[in-house]
Amino acid sequence: MNWATIIFYSFIIFAAVSALSMLLVKNVFYAALLLIACLLSVAGIFVLGNAEFLAATQIMIYAGGVLVLIIFGLMLTAKISGKPLHVGHQNVIPGSMVALAFFSVLIYSYANLILAIPSGIQQGGNSVNKIGILLMTDFVLPFEVSGILLLTSLIGAAITASSFSSKK
Amino acid sequence: MNGSQSILLLSAFLFSTGLLIVFIKRNAIMILLGIELMFNSANLNLIAFNTSRPQLPDGQIFALFIIIVAVCEAAVGIAIILKAYHYYHSAIPDQVSELKEKN
Repeated sequence: MNWATIIFYSFIIFAAVSALSMLLVKNVFYAALLLIACLLSVAGIFVLGNAEFLAATQIMIYAGGVLVLIIFGLMLTAKISGKPLHVGHQNVIPGSMVALAFFSVLIYSYANLILAIPSGIQQGGNSVNKIGILLMTDFVLPFEVSGILLLTSLIGAAITASSFSSKK
Repeated sequence: MNGSQSILLLSAFLFSTGLLIVFIKRNAIMILLGIELMFNSANLNLIAFNTSRPQLPDGQIFALFIIIVAVCEAAVGIAIILKAYHYYHSAIPDQVSELKEKN
């Protein structure tokens, strides 16, 4: 039981606890902050699983970009009067039954799985160099297509959220 | 239970929690947060399986593309939620129930 293992399992427990409290909390703003905590601990798990580049991407894009965007949207759609950020529940019993059934199917399918190398311990070398080379050789077509997808979706989001109207 | 199996367990838990959030919360932003949680559990799965084969990081590249698509989805989703809020004055998805113009 070395330090890397202890940090690894504490990241896992922290991510699970923050996701569970995201489910239980009533305020949407607190849920967004808990999602930031969950994503940061997932980035820590990425570091311990030999995916440093992905951890940096996760911190920069999710915790820096997407969550700021979501909090802006939250502030813009909050009601002025009454309880502003309070969220209600619906379909609690069928939803929890479906989620529990899905969870047990996943656990059942993972139970017979045998994975060779335990993670949590660095297996030597970082993978940023290999990711860069692969991204420019084998995966260059999905890379370019994802660039086009980003461009079109951001233009589409800007036009959709802008307040001009086509008629009048 | 070694490290990869506990990552898989965490990934299953996060996916179920995201699914439950999408089902039971009555707010469009909250549904978006649940979808982001499910994207992250898929990324955790890819990382856990990629640790079994550290000589070729193609699982990490696939996770990178998943992050790109999640960013596009969040931007377009927030734009649609804002537009629907300006039109219906509500962020509850059940109340956004008609496509034609109100008159």
